[in-house]
Amino acid sequence: MSVTRTNPALTLGKYVALLAYLLFALFPLYWLVKIAITPDRLIFTEGTDLWPSTTTLDNFRTVIFQTDFMAFFGNSLYVSLGTAAVTTILAAGAGYAFSRFDFGGKKIIVAVMLITQMFPLLMIIAPIYKIVASLGMLNSLTSLIVVYTAFNIPFATFLMQSFFDAIPKDLEEAAMMDGCTRFQALRKVILPLTLPGLGATLGFVFTAAWSELLFALMLISDNESMTFPVGLLTFVSRFSVDWGQMMAAGSLALIPSCLFFIFIQRYLVQGLTSGAVKG
Amino acid sequence: MARMELKDLVKRYGAVEVLRDINLDIADGEFIVLVGPSGCGKSTLLRMIAGLEPITEGDFLIDGARMNDVSPRDRDIAMVFQSYALYPHMDVARNMGFSMEIRRDPVDEKKTRVAQAAETLGLTALTDRLPKALSGGQRQRVAMGRAIIRDPRAFLFDEPLSNLDAALRVEMRLEIARLHQRLGATMIYVTHDQVEALTLADRIVVLNGGDIQQVGSPLDLYERPANKFVAQFIGSPTMNVIPVTGGVEGVTLANGQWLGLPMRENTPFATELGIRPEHLDVVDPGPNVLTATADVVEHLGSDTNIYVNVDKVGPMMVRKHGNIPIATGDKLGLRVMTENAHLFAKGGAALPAPVRQAA
Amino acid sequence: MVEPFLYLSPAIVLIGTIILIPLIIGISYSFQSIEILNPFATGWVGFENYVDLWSDRRFWIALENTFWWTFWSVSFQFLLGLGLALLLNTQFFGKKLFQALVFLPWAVPTFLSALTWAWLFNPTIGPLPHWMAALGILDEPYNIMGDPDLALWGPIVANIWFGVPFFAITLLAALQSIPGELYEAAEIDGASPWQTFTKITLPFLAPMIAITVMLRTIWIANFADLIFVMTGGGPANSTQILSTYIFTTAFRRLDFGFASTIAVALLIILLVYAIFVLWLRKKLVKV
Repeated sequence: MSVTRTNPALTLGKYVALLAYLLFALFPLYWLVKIAITPDRLIFTEGTDLWPSTTTLDNFRTVIFQTDFMAFFGNSLYVSLGTAAVTTILAAGAGYAFSRFDFGGKKIIVAVMLITQMFPLLMIIAPIYKIVASLGMLNSLTSLIVVYTAFNIPFATFLMQSFFDAIPKDLEEAAMMDGCTRFQALRKVILPLTLPGLGATLGFVFTAAWSELLFALMLISDNESMTFPVGLLTFVSRFSVDWGQMMAAGSLALIPSCLFFIFIQRYLVQGLTSGAVKG
Repeated sequence: MARMELKDLVKRYGAVEVLRDINLDIADGEFIVLVGPSGCGKSTLLRMIAGLEPITEGDFLIDGARMNDVSPRDRDIAMVFQSYALYPHMDVARNMGFSMEIRRDPVDEKKTRVAQAAETLGLTALTDRLPKALSGGQRQRVAMGRAIIRDPRAFLFDEPLSNLDAALRVEMRLEIARLHQRLGATMIYVTHDQVEALTLADRIVVLNGGDIQQVGSPLDLYERPANKFVAQFIGSPTMNVIPVTGGVEGVTLANGQWLGLPMRENTPFATELGIRPEHLDVVDPGPNVLTATADVVEHLGSDTNIYVNVDKVGPMMVRKHGNIPIATGDKLGLRVMTENAHLFAKGGAALPAPVRQAA
Repeated sequence: MVEPFLYLSPAIVLIGTIILIPLIIGISYSFQSIEILNPFATGWVGFENYVDLWSDRRFWIALENTFWWTFWSVSFQFLLGLGLALLLNTQFFGKKLFQALVFLPWAVPTFLSALTWAWLFNPTIGPLPHWMAALGILDEPYNIMGDPDLALWGPIVANIWFGVPFFAITLLAALQSIPGELYEAAEIDGASPWQTFTKITLPFLAPMIAITVMLRTIWIANFADLIFVMTGGGPANSTQILSTYIFTTAFRRLDFGFASTIAVALLIILLVYAIFVLWLRKKLVKV
């Protein structure tokens, strides 16, 4: 970057702005955790204070041991990991094809994939419900995995393609000259190099599946197979509001996606940079 | 060991023809250099030989066997890429041994061969490094090591030296020449640098716009270029070409001066005269010489390059051995060494050189 | 060539069966009466659903709400995102950590963002109503999401919070692709920081901004989760947008025919919008 003239007022303004962004981003999350560790008896008297006079982990204990949340958590984990794994494998194949081959119909397939990113997915919620119901697959976590995979494949494919594009074609050709079949070249040379890309895609899809609500709400009504968002939402509407427990459950729901996010954010910017610009 | 035959090869991308009617026989152990400006199709031709690019029409044979539909892995050819294409996640030893790893050759043999190759190329101390920890020259050596370790029947080089600095380029050029002497394998080398072509090749293939312009030994191309393109592409500094009007046993220059070219045929058809900078003599101004003004003078020590403006003819360049005391603005006379002059007909084809008298 | 299709076919098959076929079925639903709660009223009805839609007061309210919801969300997300991207494109102490933290809202599951902001706006446990009352924005600390005039601002604020990182990331990527020499050249030419911003930064970002804003607009217009969780469309439909209206019609009333009709209407509106933006971009880029 060029040398910027250091105007003290500007510098001060910059740090004030940075601080404002930071507070705006973190305050809601802080509040979530704060209420979760506030003892029930203080919720109403100290609910709006910045920090409660005493703290407790009771809410977490109750949520984990005395409610269905751990089951919801498990369901969500199963659905999200399943979706992430299947999507990443399929998207890697499709992204590889887009990156390395020129073939008839490529433009059409890319266009169709782009369009699926633009039309209201809610549009197909009724047909999907009827199809899944007629197959007797309502309340099945597998059907959720299949549906989520289809939704996430287009973006994951573009993401993977940008990672494949970043790997020089020379490397595969060198591998083929060295005696590899195309598939061997893919497995021994290209895939090891695109591990960060696979990781980023995995994390991205996991996060998306982890937070999907509307289709899960439509397709799952059975308490046994509820995912976390559905469970939390029915919890809100069904019972008398226990703020502390809900906040504790919410804090727990944050953990997996935040962990993934910290892992992927670097690669995501990289993937978006090369992929998005090409559009 | 491999003899290669290229018969009527054609390459098209959709409707665009990038290579036309390529015919070439490559003898066993020959060092062939494909040279031409960028976009001439030389790399595409090399990739067709490697099997990385499908052949649209024609036949490609190695030792008499048709190779068109044989995959690269089964052609037993090694290739050194311009970018080196080293596998970033493998250390030097594994990079070099990768082809043997794929072929499931015995581990012991692989180790010995890798060690030998590393020794030959001076890479022994670096075998456990990753490519990113190597300098450009070292990467180049690893790429060569990867090729020689397989003992293939032919080597392909795709502009292997273009990413190196000038000094390293000379060094690696010598190394490749030595490698060819030692292995005696067939080698095909693509470059846009005519110095590499002239120094390395047994035969040079000059390509332009998808056509072979000329095939011949370096000296052939220098002394008897088939056309204006080859004449100007081979040889440095570039040959001067000036417009002329054809006559009998001589031509008329643009300034009206007559240049006698005894014993040359077809002079009436000449439209241009080519003369290399080293084939112009600097003499005192006078009759029957070209009058010129020195524009820029470069004193290189061993040589002097003089960029001149010839009255009513245009800019030309003269190269003389040694240090010639000429300064910018000096008037000088130029004498064309007519025995080294080239004549081109309309369209650029060279007219036959003078029939040399037996002494 | 068969080989690429070996790699592609699973993805194509899945997208085809899970998205494209249901999409066609969905469009056909809009010409049928399909009410799960009223199985006898099933059958082809031609354009009846569309006629109903035209005279449905809630549809027009939802359309207007969709416009304001999208307009305010995109505007604030874009402006705040641009500001953040410009800040992140400078050097300061602790930048890596700052970037990770400030992008964090993007990683928060949407249902959780919705619940968190609903709680923040709740006067019992949330501080926002009290602060707004103290600042004189509200007369007394009450829940704005119960006030039809203000309720839409609840989800909009949550949406801004959630969406700023996305804009910041894309714009930052575009900013980093502007060659540094351009700024140096501008500085040598004596450009002020403001001139540098308007003459170099903005023109370079413009194509990226146009595409991002377009994609984001479409995405936000379709985005029902926040509103569905925070207000459920209420009070009195004051926060009902088209996508939540589709969902509640399908999910609560189980009237799939009418839900599909609203969806087709939304699709057409968005298509017209996208074509308009692309046309505008083409026209501006030529100049």
